[in-house]
Amino acid sequence: MAVEERDPVSGRRTTGHEWNGIKELDTPVPKGVLIFLIVTHIFAVLWWFLMPSWPLGDTYTKGLLDVNQHKTVEEQLVSSAAQRSSWMDSIETLSFEQIQADPELMSIVKSSGHQLFGDNCAACHGIDGKGRANYPDLTDDDWLWGGDVETIAETMRVGINSAHPESRFAQMPSFGADGILNREEVRSASAYVYSLSHEDYSTPENIGRIEAGKEVFIANCAVCHGENARGNRDLGAPNLTDPYWIYGGDLQTIVNSVHGGRQGHMPTWDERLTEGNIKILALYVHSLGTDEE
Amino acid sequence: MVSTLTRSERQAAIGVSVLVAICGLAFAALGRHDVLEIHGFLILAFGLLCAFAVINGYYEPEPTDERLASYYDAPIKAGIALSMAWAVFALFIGVWVASLLAWPNLTFDQAWASFGRLRPVHTTGIIFGFGGNALIATSFHVMQRTSRARMPDQFSAWFVLIGFNLFCLLSVTGYLVGVTQSKEYAEAEWYADIWLVIVWVTYFILYVRTIARRKEPHIYVANWYFLAFILVVAILHIVNNIAVPVSLGHAKSYPVWSGVQDAMVQWWYGHNAVAFFLTAGFLGMLYYYLPVRAQRPIFSYRLSILSFWGITFFYMWAGSHHLHYTALPHWVQTLGMTFSVMLLVPSWASAGNALLTLNGAWHRVRDDATLRFMMVAAVFYGLSTFEGSFMAIRPVNSLSHYTDWTVGHVHAGALGWVALITFGSFYTLVPSLWKRERMYSPALVEVHFWLALAGTLVYIFAMWNSGVIQGLMWRTYTEEGTLAYSFIDSLVAMYPYYIARTLGGLLFFVGAIIGSYNIWMTVRAVPLAADRGSDIPDSSAVAVAGE
Repeated sequence: MAVEERDPVSGRRTTGHEWNGIKELDTPVPKGVLIFLIVTHIFAVLWWFLMPSWPLGDTYTKGLLDVNQHKTVEEQLVSSAAQRSSWMDSIETLSFEQIQADPELMSIVKSSGHQLFGDNCAACHGIDGKGRANYPDLTDDDWLWGGDVETIAETMRVGINSAHPESRFAQMPSFGADGILNREEVRSASAYVYSLSHEDYSTPENIGRIEAGKEVFIANCAVCHGENARGNRDLGAPNLTDPYWIYGGDLQTIVNSVHGGRQGHMPTWDERLTEGNIKILALYVHSLGTDEE
Repeated sequence: MVSTLTRSERQAAIGVSVLVAICGLAFAALGRHDVLEIHGFLILAFGLLCAFAVINGYYEPEPTDERLASYYDAPIKAGIALSMAWAVFALFIGVWVASLLAWPNLTFDQAWASFGRLRPVHTTGIIFGFGGNALIATSFHVMQRTSRARMPDQFSAWFVLIGFNLFCLLSVTGYLVGVTQSKEYAEAEWYADIWLVIVWVTYFILYVRTIARRKEPHIYVANWYFLAFILVVAILHIVNNIAVPVSLGHAKSYPVWSGVQDAMVQWWYGHNAVAFFLTAGFLGMLYYYLPVRAQRPIFSYRLSILSFWGITFFYMWAGSHHLHYTALPHWVQTLGMTFSVMLLVPSWASAGNALLTLNGAWHRVRDDATLRFMMVAAVFYGLSTFEGSFMAIRPVNSLSHYTDWTVGHVHAGALGWVALITFGSFYTLVPSLWKRERMYSPALVEVHFWLALAGTLVYIFAMWNSGVIQGLMWRTYTEEGTLAYSFIDSLVAMYPYYIARTLGGLLFFVGAIIGSYNIWMTVRAVPLAADRGSDIPDSSAVAVAGE
């Protein structure tokens, strides 16, 4: 152990130990390491003086800067609310027409609406508002309950088939599954509905079933969808003559809808979004379409 | 394997296996209305399989006393094989979960294939399956070599290795059927946790017993790190997993900690799992295989002391930096942040000590991919410890927290440091352990090195970009004071990086397959070395070892 050994590469002495061929040099800790070590410690100690840091029984050292994360958040919330109030107050107090007439407010509606829509609505309706299978397209100007801004805001407030006491309520019964219509009636009614938006479907070979389906339709469906099948917005019954479908407009999907029924669900946003934000979103959603009413 | 056990050890092995099988049967009966039933039968089958394997070799001749003049390497070989098998499996799952983020339909509508279940399979498979087996195998090797002592018996090492793999198996299969205590990196439920305590205490005792038999006057640095790893992981595991099961017949348990205390205990555990499992243990590996491969003495013993005590002391305080800007009191956050900053220098001292050890051997680094694995690992160790201290600073953390930056940081450590040092160590260890002339194909080691490095770089650059973009998008306000982007906008922005990350992971995965093949072929096809020098404990001391 006492044998002094020098490493030929570095010229350093070894510690004199060896483990299965491994040796260690007796190199002192480089100055840079010690200086760097001291610097980090000085930083830490300084930080302890400035910030809340060490516990003292049931309290702690508060720090010279008097920083506290709860206070910081509260202050930030107040200041950002103050920043927004310059325009949020107008949104909350002005009517939709007045807001729409103000290009400055409308540009805020567009930018803030995009974020609000993305975080609250896009999960179902898509980031572009175009919906997806089983969720309505909000850009197509075809509305179940009406597409003017007030109605959109109201739909958002109370929801559809939601838990809100004033919820809109609409249900397509399951005509086939519940035995209201027999198999053939479901098929013919569906064929009739399909023919309304597909003129080329009314061929001589289909016309018999379509005619029969019309009778089924008048007796069972017209009460909600109307004799002309153009729907009824008071009941949330969709127009069946246009090319817009939530669940799909091919014949098989229509058969499925008539057979099994449909119950859509739109949550209520009454207590989740502020009134101002609901107004922004209604205006934003309205602006996605090409405008109606 | 059985032939290396003495008769009494064979009896002990059968006894323990049967005991495990009986526990399994009891769980299967008690838990027949719960998912615990599945695990009961799994434990039963595992126990019976082990018992059968031992019984099958029970009448083989006993090992002679000559064995005591050599090191006991059989469990090390098994550990390397298990480690590589877990690596391939868990890296595959990793590539899969990475793909899920870009293409969510790849769950194929199967509950077990959902992101929430596969992700812990990946993390547990890598950290415990790959990393844990690698640490157990190399620590068994290093503790014997640097102590010049054979381990005291043959049974303990097998119990530790096989028992640990039973824990991994229970964890991973549990996640797939929905068993989890929802604590990150500690998802396994109470019965698996209790089993791991038994295994781990045996591991600790085995290590200390071997060290106690050492014929070297001093304990080598690698052993300090391995011991710190074993001891502290035991403490962390026990404290974080104290829980009360719903009943003995249910897999579900509830931790005794709750609320912010639970969060603090969890991240004290989580961060120190990084510190003592993924850092200290692998530093033990580095401290042995790097100087051996480089044929250079360690640069500075004094630096080793400074970094060892710095790392073990400061890491203990740093866990709260995972909970910045949460319900955790501000003062705890300050302590976590400042201790993380002070931790930087000891960490860098380790990385620097490793790299400076290579002075005089840089030509070997150039020519030898195995040594290059370890050199690059030390660089990534330095890089990710700097990044870690940096991200622990509160204002930095307000940008990085909850983003992919964290994921990138973890993988700079896990791929760049942990996996690379392991591969380098294995390529050093395998030929020596099986007494082969060399690895089957040095060219494939080279290919593996470049695949691993490229995969790591692609991965972490993708996640850095993704994370910083994500963090900035979350905090960008318009002039009017509203958020500029929705969360979905940030997802859309991350999409290309998720694809790049999957690609990086894929490269790394292919590298691991090649490595496994190379190790396999080395054992199968490379001729025995004519002379590897003497790799035996001091023969003059055999009489002592024979007790």
